[in-house]
Amino acid sequence: MANRDFPLIFERSKTGRTGYSLPELDVPDIDLEAELPKSYIRTESPDLPEISELDLMRHYTALSNRNYGVDSGFYPLGSCTMKYNPKINEDVARMDGFSHIHPNQPESSVQGAMEMMYDLQTALSEITGMDEVSLQSAAGAQGEWTALMMIRAFHEANGDFHRTKVIVPDSAHGTNPASATVAGFESVTVKSNDKGLVDLEDLKRVVGSDTAALMLTNPNTLGLFETEIEAMAQIVHEAGGKLYYDGANLNAIMGYARPGDMGFDAVHLNLHKTFTGPHGGGGPGSGPVGVTEELKPFLPKPILEKRGAAYRFNHDLPQSIGRVKPYYGNFGIYLRAYTYIRTMGAEGLKKASEYAVINANYLMRQLQEEYDLPFDQHCKHEFVLSGRRQKRLGVRTLDIAKRLLDYGYHPPTIYFPLNVEEALMMEPTETEAKETLDGFIEAMKQIATEARDEPELVQEAPHETIVKRMDETTAARKPILRYEK
Amino acid sequence: MEFRYLPMTEEDKQAMLASIGVKDSEELFSDIPSNVRLNRPMDLKKPANEVDLKKELAQLANKNANLKQYTSFLGAGVYDHFIPSVVDHVISRSEFYTAYTPYQPEISQGELQAIFEFQTMICELTGMDVANSSMYDGGTALAEAVNLSAAQTKRKKILVSTAVHPQYRMVIETYAKGPNLEIVYIDTKEGKTDVEQLKTALDEETASVVIQYPNFLGQLEPMEEVQQLLENQKKTMLITSSNPLALGYLTPPAAFGADIVVGDTQVFGIPAQFGGPHCGYFATTKKLMRKVPGRLVGQTTDEDGVRGFVLTLQAREQHIRRDKATSNICSNQALNALASAVAMSSIGKHGLKKMAALNMKKARYAMKKLEESGLSTVHNGAFFNEFIIQLDKPVAEINEQLLKKGIIGGYDLAKDYPDMNGHMLIAVTENRSMKEINQFVKELRDIHG
Repeated sequence: MANRDFPLIFERSKTGRTGYSLPELDVPDIDLEAELPKSYIRTESPDLPEISELDLMRHYTALSNRNYGVDSGFYPLGSCTMKYNPKINEDVARMDGFSHIHPNQPESSVQGAMEMMYDLQTALSEITGMDEVSLQSAAGAQGEWTALMMIRAFHEANGDFHRTKVIVPDSAHGTNPASATVAGFESVTVKSNDKGLVDLEDLKRVVGSDTAALMLTNPNTLGLFETEIEAMAQIVHEAGGKLYYDGANLNAIMGYARPGDMGFDAVHLNLHKTFTGPHGGGGPGSGPVGVTEELKPFLPKPILEKRGAAYRFNHDLPQSIGRVKPYYGNFGIYLRAYTYIRTMGAEGLKKASEYAVINANYLMRQLQEEYDLPFDQHCKHEFVLSGRRQKRLGVRTLDIAKRLLDYGYHPPTIYFPLNVEEALMMEPTETEAKETLDGFIEAMKQIATEARDEPELVQEAPHETIVKRMDETTAARKPILRYEK
Repeated sequence: MEFRYLPMTEEDKQAMLASIGVKDSEELFSDIPSNVRLNRPMDLKKPANEVDLKKELAQLANKNANLKQYTSFLGAGVYDHFIPSVVDHVISRSEFYTAYTPYQPEISQGELQAIFEFQTMICELTGMDVANSSMYDGGTALAEAVNLSAAQTKRKKILVSTAVHPQYRMVIETYAKGPNLEIVYIDTKEGKTDVEQLKTALDEETASVVIQYPNFLGQLEPMEEVQQLLENQKKTMLITSSNPLALGYLTPPAAFGADIVVGDTQVFGIPAQFGGPHCGYFATTKKLMRKVPGRLVGQTTDEDGVRGFVLTLQAREQHIRRDKATSNICSNQALNALASAVAMSSIGKHGLKKMAALNMKKARYAMKKLEESGLSTVHNGAFFNEFIIQLDKPVAEINEQLLKKGIIGGYDLAKDYPDMNGHMLIAVTENRSMKEINQFVKELRDIHG
């Protein structure tokens, strides 16, 4: 550990210090070594830290000060929907009757939890226009895979075993092709046209009797609404394939349009994006899946039903794809999403989408003078700029992102989507005030000026952060993945 | 209607629309074809204010029997353990919980370091070389381990003990459909995996053997015998699913030759919360380091040589490798991994051993008391903190009665094991006092007759 290195908790540890207060042994003591065969008894204790409670709090408080969340500042990460995480949500999720209940308790003793889940799945059905929703999937990627497994089961139930391909646009999230692989499919790419939308001619070329599904985000990752969605649905459906909706970008269209009405057969939602579940530094998320009547028999089990006044889990689903997760999914995240939906109602959710779209268009128009805008049209909740103009000056998109850190902002998503050179993908969300956007616009313009006048200032950024750029090459070549004394 | 999360005033709106060059916001939505437009308000409950909504949700919460008010002997994969107060104080810091995945290391050192510390703790517990930053839960971690073993060995047959958590097995079955794996179940004998049957089933086509240690029925598996068997099939991988608290006292799976060790860290600082979010862990050998699913944090230095942490070996992951990725996992359970890291730091090296021992001692006390009251236990092998008793009535019926006495009874094994009618799996953690155990024995005795 060098002088300026921030200590690890193991380096703060000292033998003999205590940070815990366990219950007493109030039953007669026994000799465990006599109870267990010797081969089961650990010879060396795991080397966990020994630290007092105050020093533990100082360690983690210092770590939190070395981190940046939505509450710290503006976070325009495209496709991540970094909106405000309401505090009432956190309070509700911590109520004893929600946080301290066991998934295997008698159903009669958890009716309140089941009622909330039922109400949430009903609300999500209405928001998406789908016939039935299963909350079970743990996150977006698992939701994608769950839906693809259902589509696979549907085809197989029809005796159709030759639909081995899933079509994915070149602008899609990486999880789409990865989920297709995990579900046992081969992915095929469909190109975008010069307007940034799926190329219908190319879609007709790749679609066929081997098509299981087309996976689509709408609006797409460029923030553009796929206006030919009805024609696309027709092409895929006529070939016998299914249409899958990646709900990562639902924040743009709540109350305006629904995947179910666009012809989608299955959707997944990210409760941790659109519905304010906190991102938690990478998770937990929640990825409910909605489907049409036709796919309903294949939903993961169990499904939650209401019989009279009582709620019950139905496990008797012969055509179900099976379980995708132990228990009932990330219940704690449902509570946050449910509290948010109840706070906003239909009117508030539609306003959220309206303002998200206004904020994005405002930001885009203010920035297009200094940065290239490859697709010059109204966007939805996000848009993609290209840093190619700055690249010609020797300043890359990565440099711009790092320079933003000096200005106190989290950078946008960079180098994605893949079909835009030096991409900067921005999603301001509806919870940001105009003043915040104006401050960010000012910083972006300033960086554009710096790129022209003093490029090294940008190239060598960040200057103000607690650490400089990291040596990621060495990290990958000689991986150190754990602390060793 | 006012919305406290929406700061846009009418004045802001008009100024922004003018700057965009549109008359109203409808113009920005004009690209949505009219056929797919929703021309009615969504049918949702009316917006609720903070006061009323909190009241309403508190009432809903109060309809549930919670583990703070009821005395629980229910485990079966989810446990009522001591959660140090520091845990919630740390994870409630919004610099942690409102942060995204730490893709910008310069402003994410806090999260990255906390996860690096978590990875280290998991390595310490399991004895393995490498641990990732977390998985959704123990069940999906196990399913991913199975799929990895098949990809690595290029074999399709997986031998899974029926003493593996039944719901984990169901998740394995679903995940196995993608790569078309063949799942072969190995029965139990006296509550443990039948080693003879395992020996017969094990062959050159076997990708992996999946064992839970301690197993779902509470028993400690014959790990040494399993290890010996696998000596003859060196390519076959040993995957164990382990309660990490038990590993505070028990010999770690690495010592028995495990290639992958998974499980759930719910036991460390994570409330039961109706089954999720919990936190899967995934630990393996150096050899498989570049095949691990999910995110890994690695140590490096910055331009000035200062130690720091980054997400690393990303060439395995979906955002880089797309359809060739080792898994599709993207979001994981970072905040829960943080909670577990805080709990493990608080409990510490000596506390962990003490906590594991408390579980074992209290469970043995409960077992003895139940036996003394005339109830019969089923297995006599070594166990951690769970064991089975046999009752003359259906467990579901008894549990409804216990509930009325303020007790959440054990797990009804008949649900998953057809030959285990009347078998109740009882978990006793450090949180159960002698008084509570005695009360449970008395009530159970009374109901059982």
